Amino acid sequence: MKTLVKSGFTRDRIDATSALVQLALDKAKASGASAAEASALVAHGLSVTVRQGEIETVEHNEDNSISVTVYYGDTLGSASTTDLEQAAVIKAVEAACAIAQHTAEDSCFGLADTGLLASEIPDLDLYEPNSITIEQAIDSAKACEQIALDSDSRITNSEGASLSMQEGLDVYGNTNGFLHGLLRSRYSKSCSVIAQDASGMQRDYWYDTRRHFSDLESDASIGQKTAHRTLRRLGATKLSTRQAPVIFEAPVASSLVSHFLSAISGGNLYRQSSFLLDHLGKAVFPEYLSIEELPHIPRALASSPYDNEGVVTNERTLVQAGVLQGYLLSSYTARKLGMQTTGNAGGPHNVIMSHGESDLAGLLRSMDTGLLVTELIGYGINSVTGDYSRGAAGFWVERGEIQYPVDEITIAGNLRTIYQDIVSVGNDIDTRGTIRCGSVLIGNMTIAGN
Amino acid sequence: MSEIITLAKNALLEPAGLGNQDIETLMGKLCSMNIDYADMYFQYSCYESWSLEEGRVKSGSYNQARGVGVRAISGEKTGFAYSDAILLPSLSNAVDAARSIAKQGMDKSIALTWPEKPELTLYSSANPVQSLGDTDKVQLLEQVDKKVRKLDSRVQQVTASLSGVHEVVLIARSDGDLVADIRPLVRLNVNVIVEQNGRREQGGAGGGGRFGYQYFLEHGRIDSYAKEAVDQALTNLDAVGSPAGEMQVVLGPGWPGILLHEAIGHGLEGDFNRKGTSAFSNRIGEQVASPLCTVVDDGTIADRRGSMNVDDEGTATQNTMLIEKGMLRNYMQDTLNARLMGVSSTGNGRRESYAHLPMPRMTNTYMLAGETPPEEIIASVKKGLYAKNFGGGQVDITSGKFVFSASEAYLIEDGKIGRPVKGATLIGNGPDVLTRVSMVGNDLRLDPGVGTCGKEGQSVPVGVGQPTMRIDGLTVGGTQE
Repeated sequence: MKTLVKSGFTRDRIDATSALVQLALDKAKASGASAAEASALVAHGLSVTVRQGEIETVEHNEDNSISVTVYYGDTLGSASTTDLEQAAVIKAVEAACAIAQHTAEDSCFGLADTGLLASEIPDLDLYEPNSITIEQAIDSAKACEQIALDSDSRITNSEGASLSMQEGLDVYGNTNGFLHGLLRSRYSKSCSVIAQDASGMQRDYWYDTRRHFSDLESDASIGQKTAHRTLRRLGATKLSTRQAPVIFEAPVASSLVSHFLSAISGGNLYRQSSFLLDHLGKAVFPEYLSIEELPHIPRALASSPYDNEGVVTNERTLVQAGVLQGYLLSSYTARKLGMQTTGNAGGPHNVIMSHGESDLAGLLRSMDTGLLVTELIGYGINSVTGDYSRGAAGFWVERGEIQYPVDEITIAGNLRTIYQDIVSVGNDIDTRGTIRCGSVLIGNMTIAGN
Repeated sequence: MSEIITLAKNALLEPAGLGNQDIETLMGKLCSMNIDYADMYFQYSCYESWSLEEGRVKSGSYNQARGVGVRAISGEKTGFAYSDAILLPSLSNAVDAARSIAKQGMDKSIALTWPEKPELTLYSSANPVQSLGDTDKVQLLEQVDKKVRKLDSRVQQVTASLSGVHEVVLIARSDGDLVADIRPLVRLNVNVIVEQNGRREQGGAGGGGRFGYQYFLEHGRIDSYAKEAVDQALTNLDAVGSPAGEMQVVLGPGWPGILLHEAIGHGLEGDFNRKGTSAFSNRIGEQVASPLCTVVDDGTIADRRGSMNVDDEGTATQNTMLIEKGMLRNYMQDTLNARLMGVSSTGNGRRESYAHLPMPRMTNTYMLAGETPPEEIIASVKKGLYAKNFGGGQVDITSGKFVFSASEAYLIEDGKIGRPVKGATLIGNGPDVLTRVSMVGNDLRLDPGVGTCGKEGQSVPVGVGQPTMRIDGLTVGGTQE
């Protein structure tokens, strides 16, 4: 097989992309816009999937887009295109300008305040040029899957293993003179297998995703965890309906933090569609908990020196001793709320929840009897009321030890109560995503079954 | 040459000066030895959206995408590459990358058939984005806002959005077929937040399909969306905690058909069944539902959100019998999985865009009507839950476990609909849930045209539908024991 993997960005490519953003800004000004901002993304990559030892897909991707927002005083219009030819970019700017003729004014619209824009851009080591060939990627995926398949005779089938290598260049510019590009890379490895016995089939998976290829979990570790997680689900049964303590295993516990972040994000607050309206300065979590946002962790997935508006990002405390200290705001949502942007246009950066000394086994012991949740399905979260009801699978725990797997149950409560009812957080931090937290023990939830 | 093909060629090939000969040469190169099947998927799409909040339309956006996806299949292996530009050099590169999946060999000679006969037209090929002036689009949303606020003084927030997509696709296949489709799609959504004594609740409604924006100006549709959203929000103001545990559940007609989509639809997609990873694998001909249940996937209903003249591999869509009187009859197939399973494609090969690989996906999935009046079904339940409307759902196709979340539900007590209860998630087991269907209503309804299905990171528009039905024993994920 021929090896065709695109790697790296030439200086010319970076300059040309920046020039295109500048062209969009200039064109907007020339069309009478009072201000404009534009961002371009140029990315390429490769992903391979193998299944049962054979190549299933080899996908080459090449993604280009530019989006522009123009302001005419207090009105705006936006447009985007995947065509980076100059003519197409100009056409997009014209489309945005046309839309701005029909939209209503809002005095909160506009670019970020100049004084808040990032001036020094630290290198956060978010980019490693790809040096992995297609053959190496295929071999690695095959190894992950083979280790999982070989680990137990009850593993009878596979959904395959994948490896993905992606590189991207992100350029953001606005008419207040900001123009900067960031290079990022992302490598992912995943495996999913199926185990079967007389009780039926169960599937599970494991994955890792990192900015640098060398930071990825080994093939053996991915394969072994996939096999372990799949096998332990065999023979799952329903529980009877009951109240019990619940542990969210670290990979699913981050979803609880994610609902919190959504509730304190500016868009939901000014539209009053948050269950945490007017909670600034109030206790949302127990006193021993804090949550920080650390945007500058080297190589971390959600690290960034500036946000989607060029505003500098800073370390900050979202929750101190259980009390909500700040929201996640962009310039627009901040103005809507009469506040200042927090550098969160585009969302949160690395969010870290504090933890105790116990590992997951320790949490299980302190729970004694209850439910360990390892998978959640469905979308049963009401963002306005905080009502929570989701499908779950996991394990019933007694005397601090896993007894048997369970599925086809739901867990329910209200997020405001659930947050206050966090008994402890484990030190088994999952560092793969935007949110870093350990397993979370909740004092009591309603489990529905038969 | 038929009209749609001509329009598609004008939109996709002509700007780059590409002609029939270029496509045939590229296809010949793509189909060098060891390639069993290949296709090139040219696509142009423009998408616009307008959104209203605080009583005014303050933002709008217009997005345009054009590109080509190139796929080569050798056995079970697929090579895939795409380009954001429809230009000869980038197309050549994509062809080289895609065919590198197989050992190189001589180029083949492929003659494409430029169809003469007119295609089936389930919808208009007019661009919906141009079906109404921009000022009128803004006024339409403002009208929605006014109507909602007039209905009840407890309304605090109204958000509404209007969006339209115009999509032109041209598919060249290695078996010589050249097929085109032009697909419109519009959607209107409204969400309201009401407040009473410090308690806030939300409600929503909307609709759409494959036509222009005029649809929303006809038959008092805006009035009914406004009323539905407000009613739902007000109902939820009175809602009490939902019961928890297994009980009789009556699902209302229309959108609650999402049950079928999650519980059985995904499990009947060809890829999972070829790989043997679905809870429905190797079960064709078996009884998987009560004899009251007949379920189809029908991509041929005029104007519906999930319909297409041809799927994204150029195969004509069809009405596929999935479950007939409780018996499992067919899976839904795309070209790759159909070939490997030795059957024909059912016209279910779909992809989000040129930048994604096609796979078996649903179109409009629904259950045919039964004979029982819906009132009789409600009256038959001594104690249970009536679920009228839902949010989203999800399924684990291997274990068969699925969930879907109610956005409007009521207790049934002694055969009468009682107090509203807070949205609860319903959970069940796909291969057995339909065996528990004990009554099917005569009131089949399709959903209003708002469904989007996600699979392996790809979103496609779909439809669902069903009559009122009673399920004896479904777990309701409430908070009240």
